Amino acid sequence: GTAILFAVGAVSGTVLSFELGLLWPGFMGYAGSIIGIPFSLEGFAFFTEAIFLGIYLYGWKRIPPRAHLFAGVMVAISGALSGIFVVIANAWMNAPRGFRLVDGKPVDIDPIAAMLNPAALPQTIHMTLAAYAATGFVVAGIHAFMLRRDPDNRFHKAALAIALVVGGVGAILQPLSGDFLAKRVAVTQPVKLAAFEGQFQTETSAPLRIGGVPDEDARVTRYAIEVPYGLSVLAYGDLNAVVKGLNDFPADQYPPVAIVHIAFQIMVACGVAMMLVALWGAWRYVRGRRRKQNWLHSKWFLRVLVAAAPLGFIAIETGWTVTEVGRQPWIIYGVMRTSEAVTPMPGLILPFITFTVLYIFLALVTVFLLLRQVAASPRDPHPRAQEARIAA
Amino acid sequence: MPLETIIAGVMVASLVLYALLGGADYGGGVWDLFAFGRRAREQRALIANAIGPVWEANHVWLILLVVVLFTAFPPAFAVIATALHIPITLLLIGIVLRGTAFTFRTYDVQRDEVQRRWSLVFSIASIITPILLGTTLGAIASGNIRVENGVVTSGFFEPWLAPFPLAVGFFALALFAFLAAVYLTIEADEGPLREDFRLRALLAGVAVGLLALIVFVLAGTGAPTVRAGISRSSWALALHILTAAFAIGAFYTLWTRRYRAARLCAAAQVTLILLGWAFAQFPYLIEPDISITSAAAPQSTLQLLLAALIAGALLLFPSYYYLFRIFKTIE
Repeated sequence: GTAILFAVGAVSGTVLSFELGLLWPGFMGYAGSIIGIPFSLEGFAFFTEAIFLGIYLYGWKRIPPRAHLFAGVMVAISGALSGIFVVIANAWMNAPRGFRLVDGKPVDIDPIAAMLNPAALPQTIHMTLAAYAATGFVVAGIHAFMLRRDPDNRFHKAALAIALVVGGVGAILQPLSGDFLAKRVAVTQPVKLAAFEGQFQTETSAPLRIGGVPDEDARVTRYAIEVPYGLSVLAYGDLNAVVKGLNDFPADQYPPVAIVHIAFQIMVACGVAMMLVALWGAWRYVRGRRRKQNWLHSKWFLRVLVAAAPLGFIAIETGWTVTEVGRQPWIIYGVMRTSEAVTPMPGLILPFITFTVLYIFLALVTVFLLLRQVAASPRDPHPRAQEARIAA
Repeated sequence: MPLETIIAGVMVASLVLYALLGGADYGGGVWDLFAFGRRAREQRALIANAIGPVWEANHVWLILLVVVLFTAFPPAFAVIATALHIPITLLLIGIVLRGTAFTFRTYDVQRDEVQRRWSLVFSIASIITPILLGTTLGAIASGNIRVENGVVTSGFFEPWLAPFPLAVGFFALALFAFLAAVYLTIEADEGPLREDFRLRALLAGVAVGLLALIVFVLAGTGAPTVRAGISRSSWALALHILTAAFAIGAFYTLWTRRYRAARLCAAAQVTLILLGWAFAQFPYLIEPDISITSAAAPQSTLQLLLAALIAGALLLFPSYYYLFRIFKTIE
């Protein structure tokens, strides 16, 4: 499974590094020297990951178990670092630092200051936790699905427990990191925060809106459940804090509000649901130990785990929509507009359609091959339970 | 030596390594398509085993090259990505199909018709991708990408849709196929299979020679500055003699079945060809409007990048060596 995902990921990484220039030559020509360093570091992390993954996948019979385990650990570390470096580069686009503008050109470039931009820490924490939570939930969901058919399979039980610990810890910590990030966004990109919340009017003691549909023409967000003071408290830790609304920004400087607000709501809803599932799992485990019962013998718990499997990835996709669409019309916040960065190449619809079709095809094949691997997963190696059932 | 020149040197080094290692993986795909005779199945299996553990790591040399290019020479990257948008996009599609088809083939059912379908995608992508890669490099060397005030003025087709860049494309394909066949003679430890690849290496070697001649002739009008560099510089004669010596050496050692020596000669030959091109084009990144100095990022970035490259190399090379020690015959 890992081999397939990594192969698709490795070639997509190549596409990504080239497409930065193919699509955004203006951006790369301008920003390459400022944020190229995290990409270079990512290059090495990726290199390390590829090398040790090769060893891990093909080396089972060629190296001692300890060396094999070491290779696995290296894959995990370098994989996490890869993600962190790329997110640092993205964070710089939200909070550009490490240069001065003179006549529209960046001077006094300090790549370290650029990497240490104020969005870097909260964004990397948020994305790293998201990656663990999402992956943990998918894996847990798959094993829960298999356990529903074969409830005493020890392989699936152990795997589910590991996956749920990884995913669950991520899911439980994620709201804290989200709060940290949102407080930072309130300072660095107030217009983005206003779009998150569909906040058109500037007001003190702003409410937290749950759900709702922003209407950009009427400049209100309708049908939302409003928690009084909620936004002022969450964003600034003060009941009476002033939250700046979209109306206070020029119309050509804020993003498509409806997309950002709705994507944000979906992301938060998924995150909350995952946290609740994780807490439920922890509670079942503790109770199961006390009563000496199998914590996984619950039709409903397994069903919910299966249903929760895609939530993490939905949250990741909507989360990236929130941060990327929320930054528009800027590619580098407050410095360069997306329209200034795009390639002069005409007919971009053609590669767009080609890559979309290609990736839909790859996704289908990948899912198909993965499903077959799951179906072929090991039966219980110690079929005591099965014998017992047969005897009964 | 100025920092930007050192970093340009690192880029050449990673291009050489990509050609020697990643290039051979593409060459493997070429021989997958041309696997025939009674041992076709064994040939394919040998290629798959040779590529399997290493192709992803080998492929990262290209990513490293691109990343260093846009960090150290951002305007050059912007110009290349704009002027060569079309061949690079096609190149990427080739890269994606090659890698995924290879992996899907490994993990799909082992029925013949399923395997054959993935093999076809894998091997055709392995042929098209090197051609596009060579074409891209040929266009960069040609002098036909023109830039005024940072804006590309030479259009989206002219610089690469020309005889010289396309000939470089086929030359790259021949080189990669040659390297792969030579390496595979060592991977194969039994007689007949080894003979299969020895024959292929000799044939590919002939193709390399012919295409080198064609490229050189076409360069007369297709890339005059670089050809002038290769033909007239003081170091040019020495380089030609050395390259020719290794080329002959590769033929001789293949003929006399000294495979390890053949591998060394073939690798040296390819390295010298790329170095020759790099020296001939120096100090230009893109003939004739973008030079290493004019495109260089500020010193602060270059210093940090060089530090990162050194630190990265200290981590990378031992790991890489370990990978190859596990799966390959190293002398």
